[in-house]
This record gives sequence, structure tokens and C-alpha cells, in this order.
Amino acid sequence: MKHFNPGKLLLGLSVALIALWLLAPTIVVVPMSFAEKKSLAFPPSGFSLKWYENFFTNPQWFNSFITSLKVALMVAVVATVIGTMAAIGIERMKSRAGGLIRMLLITPMVVPGVVLAVGVYAVYLTTGLVGTWTGYVLAHTLLAIPFVVIAVGANLAVFDQRLETAAASLGANRLTTFFTVTLPLILPGILSGALFAFVTSFDEVIVSLFITSPQLKTLPVQIFSSMTRDADPTVAAVGSLIFLTTTLIIGLGLIFGTRKGRKT
Amino acid sequence: MTNERKGAAIDIEACSKFYGNFTALDDVSLRVEPGEFMSFLGPSGSGKTTTLNLIAGFTDLSKGEIRLGERPISNVPAHKRNIGVVFQHYALFPHMTVAKNVAYPLRQRGVAKAERDRLVEGALAKVHLEKFAHRYPSELSGGQQQRVALARAMVFDPSVLLMDEPLGALDKKLREVLQLEIRRIHRELGSTFVYVTHDQEEALVLSDRIAVFNKGRIEQVGTGHQLYSNPATLFVGQFIGESSILRGSHRVNGDQTALDIGGVIVSAPGTPKTGGAQVILLRPEDVTVQAPGTGPRDGRSNVIQGKVREAIYLGSAMKYEVILADGTPIVARTATQGEAFGIGASIELAWNPLDGRLLTDDGSVGGH
Repeated sequence: MKHFNPGKLLLGLSVALIALWLLAPTIVVVPMSFAEKKSLAFPPSGFSLKWYENFFTNPQWFNSFITSLKVALMVAVVATVIGTMAAIGIERMKSRAGGLIRMLLITPMVVPGVVLAVGVYAVYLTTGLVGTWTGYVLAHTLLAIPFVVIAVGANLAVFDQRLETAAASLGANRLTTFFTVTLPLILPGILSGALFAFVTSFDEVIVSLFITSPQLKTLPVQIFSSMTRDADPTVAAVGSLIFLTTTLIIGLGLIFGTRKGRKT
Repeated sequence: MTNERKGAAIDIEACSKFYGNFTALDDVSLRVEPGEFMSFLGPSGSGKTTTLNLIAGFTDLSKGEIRLGERPISNVPAHKRNIGVVFQHYALFPHMTVAKNVAYPLRQRGVAKAERDRLVEGALAKVHLEKFAHRYPSELSGGQQQRVALARAMVFDPSVLLMDEPLGALDKKLREVLQLEIRRIHRELGSTFVYVTHDQEEALVLSDRIAVFNKGRIEQVGTGHQLYSNPATLFVGQFIGESSILRGSHRVNGDQTALDIGGVIVSAPGTPKTGGAQVILLRPEDVTVQAPGTGPRDGRSNVIQGKVREAIYLGSAMKYEVILADGTPIVARTATQGEAFGIGASIELAWNPLDGRLLTDDGSVGGH
């Protein structure tokens, strides 16, 4: 006879409930994206792929997706370069100013998005950056840098700086040492920082809403304005696609990451 | 194989290093001869590693000059000094294989691939690790990792090789094996070796000469034998080998100095070099343990009474720890054939005055 353990059952049940609670809002969009009628009612009725078709063929949707992708890629590059350099600089600073600079760089993460958005908007109005590529990239980079600084900083904290001394004794100058020793060893931190930066920009909505223009819209802005105008299930289709892509990326990252982790 | 001397001399000229108010190195001068194996010996914080870092170029000099060969190098950055360094913590690049690690200095020097492969193979053969070329450092034991580090530091044929407690993290047995290998490699390379250690035995095993560091200064430079039999200071005498110290008020008698040890007068050759309290340093093998009342014999005219506190059989010798009336501990080591004494026995210690070393009491407390 199997031993019955009520504690274990209770634990399993509560874990399942929490998992459901965490996942349900995301999962719900998947059936909605296949709805027949133009409504976001749940549960949906019928089956159709027209909202997916609409996403790829309607320039409003597809262009905003491409815009978001381009902005996010640029932000990932710019924020990763600046954030990595900042993290290294802070790590190597002997004075207490390092901690202060770090705090300053991380503030965009703590300051309420709306406050930041108002500030950015005011400045952009006078400088003519509203609705421009530069405007998006600058604002999103500001928001993404903290993630890079934190991710790279965490990696640098465990990086053995004495390896750089060893490289110097073997004849490598500072630059060569950085590219052959430091960079390869803090690459995991840089890559996760870049990923965070990309995601931060890709789903940024608050600041983007302020600085958007009809000619240049990012995907989250398009989703938001579509939602406020009418109940378009294309939103659900977009949501499902993003959900699928991110799950794939993170899943692959986990598999790749653990495999690499086992080696060292 | 011929062993031409190709090492470079290192001249440390009046070098000082300050960290704020702290003096890590205080006006030190030293010459390491070409091809010599010199150890820097001293307790932690004595300035030995600071000196090594100054030679390697990892720290800037506050004052003085260092020459490599005849060339002043205090303005040459570390990566242009062409000095091999082996660290206590190995410092192997974890993302490179053993072969890539060893090839690293050759890559920096633009050595062509074929030549590089040949040199890497040769260096790995010297440390018996040919079979491990494609492993990663994390797959090797500590001893193997340090061998790789050694191969990497010598593959580019530096005229000077510095080692900073390279065996500090290894167990005793492995340390002894690697000490012999380092000696062999030194003979084969002919480069100048500087070896930092706090282990006097290791320094004695490896070095041609030893520089004893204390409080940012060099107390004495000499062969192991010179340091042991003729220590310049009480610190050196106590740091190298076993010793006992006699303290008492002193009086100069011609070319001898007498010390009053609780009423018993003993003497040692020489006169005080500097003012202040004087001590006599004794080596265990120079002190004889004899039955009370035996008195002076065979030139051992210094005789003092004591009680055996510990008697240890060492196979080839007996080691006695004796306490004098005033509480001073004395260690004596005698041949096993003689008369043996048990713990608590009253005995006499006797030694030839010429075997005692008269030194100024510098306040250094014995042992390590």
C-alpha cells in the first residue's frame, strides 16, 4: 500500500495553482489569436489564421514590428558597449566614487517610467527628437544600461583580475589583454546584458508612447493604440508570436548555458 | 647538453616603495648575478613580494632604479620587460587549453605557427605534460596546473624567471617533487631565477643564495651555509634553522664578550657590533647534554645547569628541550650513542664558546 502524505499533496497543489496563476494571462492570448470574430472575448469561438495574416500583411503592424526590431538591436549594441565599459570602469575604480556612479547609472531602473517619459518628452520637443530613430535609441538605451551594468558587474566580481597581471607578464599589452583574456571570460555577463537590453527596448511602452509619431511607431505602441481604438485579435496573434519566440530563445539559452557551465 | 649562462643580472638600486604612510620597501639594494638562483625569504609583509612585483613591473617604484642586464627598466611597462612570472595561484587562462596557454606568450611575440607548436611541445615536455596539451586547466590537478604555468613562463626563453611562492598551495610531498624539478629546469635553462618563499627549508633546497627580508629591508644576503652559521642579525639566526637564545647583561673582555645568565658567566667570540642588549645564539647540534658535575671538557668551556623538559628520540639523534634556572629554553641535539637523560633530569649543557654567535637583540621573537 502506498503511503499517503497529505503535506506533499498540499505542496503539489499549491505549486500547481501558483504556476497556473503565473502562466494563465500569457497562455490566454494563444486561443484568442485564433478567434473567428473580431472580438477579444474569452473563450473565443471558431478557428482562423486571419489575424496572423493581418499581422504580416498589414503595413501598420509589420512596419512597427520591424521598427521595434531595429531599435532594439541598436539599443542592445549601444547599451552593451556603454554598460560594459561603465561596469569595468566602476569595478576598477579605487575610490568610493565608483559606487556613486553605479547608483547614478542604475537610477533609470528605479525612477517611475512616467516621470522619466515626461522628462524625455520635454527635452525631445525642444531638440526635435520626437518620433526619430535617434530619439527611440537614446531613450531606450538609457533604460537598458542598468541591466547591462548589473549583469556585467556581477560577472566582473567573480573575474580573477590577477589573470590580467599574468597576461602582462607574458607580453600582452592592455588592449590585447582585454580582448584575449578579460572579454572572453566576462562574455556570459555581456551576452545576458545584451539580451536584457534588447528585451527592455523591445517591450518598452511608456516612454515610447510619449515620443512616438504616426510615421515611426514601435510594436508596443501599435499594440497599445490598437487596443484603445478597437478590439483587434491581431494583438493576440502578436502576443502569441512574441511568447513563442521568447520561450524558444530562453529555452535554447538555458540548454546552451548549462552545457557551457558544465565545462568550466 | 651545454649549459651556457644566458641569464641577466638584476640590479636593485636603493629602491623604496610607499603606500601612503606605509613603507613596504625601505631603501633596498641587491644584485642578483646572471644565471643565479636567488630566494627572497621572509615572513609575510616583509617586502619580498613587493620586490618581486617591482622587478616584474606590476607595481611602480617610489624611489630608486632597477636594472635588467645593464638596462634601467623602471619606466618599461610589465609587458615589455620579457620576464617570466610564475604565480602562487597559477593564473592559467581558464578558457584556453594547456597548449593555448603555453602558446600565449609566443603569440604576443608574433612567433610563426610551426615554430610556436614546436616550442610549446618542447616546454610541455620539460614539465612532463605533453599528453595534456588539449585539456583545460580545470581538468588538471594543482601540481599539473603549476607545471603548465611554469612551461608558459619559460617557453619564450626569458632571461629572468620570477616565482612568487609557486608551491604555496600544494601539499608537502608534491612540493618536494616540484622543488627538484624547478632545480633541474634552472640548470637546463640557465636563466636567472628569483624565488619568493616564506619557507626556509624550501629556500635552502633551491637557492644559490638567499636574501632574508624583514620589515621592508634586507637583513642579510648569502648562501644557506653563511646564513645558518654566520647570521648577521638575530632575526636571520632565528629564521633559518633551529636556535636557542641566551639573554643577559654583557661585558666585553678583549676580543670576547661575556654574558651573565642568572649568575652563570658564558662567553662568545667578538664584541658587540652595535649598542643595546646582546644575546648569544646557539645551534642545537653545538650544545652537548651531560651529567651534572661533568664540567668543561674538550674545549666546551661554557657550562650551565638545567632541567630536561622534553626528550625526543629522532633515530639518528636525541633532541632535548632544556629549561635553565631563569626559565630560558634551550634546544640541544646529540648523537644517540651517548648517555640518555629522561624528562625532569637535572643536567648540564656545555658548548664551545666559538660555536656561540654574539648578536644584538633586535626584538625579533624566535620561531616561525
